[in-house]
Amino acid sequence: MDMRTPLGKVRGLGSAKSGTEHFWKVRTTSIALVPLLLFYVVFLVMYAGKPYADVISALSNPFVATINALTIIASIVHMKLGMEEIIQDYIHSEVMKLTLLMLNSFFSLLVGGLCLFAALKIAFAG
Amino acid sequence: MANMTKNRPLSPHLQIYRFVPTMAMSIVHRITGGALYFGTVLVAAWLIAAASGEEAFNTVNWLFGSIVGQIILFGYTWALLHHLVGGLRHIMWDLGYGFEKEFSTMLAKASLVASIALTVLVWAVVLIVR
Repeated sequence: MDMRTPLGKVRGLGSAKSGTEHFWKVRTTSIALVPLLLFYVVFLVMYAGKPYADVISALSNPFVATINALTIIASIVHMKLGMEEIIQDYIHSEVMKLTLLMLNSFFSLLVGGLCLFAALKIAFAG
Repeated sequence: MANMTKNRPLSPHLQIYRFVPTMAMSIVHRITGGALYFGTVLVAAWLIAAASGEEAFNTVNWLFGSIVGQIILFGYTWALLHHLVGGLRHIMWDLGYGFEKEFSTMLAKASLVASIALTVLVWAVVLIVR
């Protein structure tokens, strides 16, 4: 006799295996990104086309460096989750879906890692 | 239980619906999100160049300053601001507000106008400051 409840049977069976946490992380990062990106855009407007020394000294300011790092982290998490949603919506072949999900993780971590390392290098070593 | 999976109704496919502004902004939200995903490579290039030294930084700055670079950056700015404005709309919906037909249609149109206006504003300031 099957003692499991209908909910217990279907839990974890969706295409994404989990849903609420994914949804919640997308919303949390999106709300964090509103002020972060507004700051980032203003910063880029101020420093677009400025000489190397000016940009480096601005990016190594502790406040700017922190905002820079936080924006990178929130953006990378948000874009990885968003691309997961796109892949799960449109790719129906299991092998292709898993491959793309993995490539998505690799791409996001690579870009995020490079950006973060560059931001910290500028902040600490100029 | 078996019948539940076999006889589930299918929703009609996209073509059956009249194309309306909220649909357009829905797919544009996803497209701009996808574009921003790959656009992070531009930010990475800029940060890595800045971290690598003056020569690399000047090369990337020159690329971004070229006509093609400026067009790409203009599009990137719009994609970002449109996704941001659209995201605010989604937060409103997540909180349970703004589902009325006329209002959401108006907001869909307004989000496009707002994102274009903000993009032009950002670039106008950039050009004036420079």
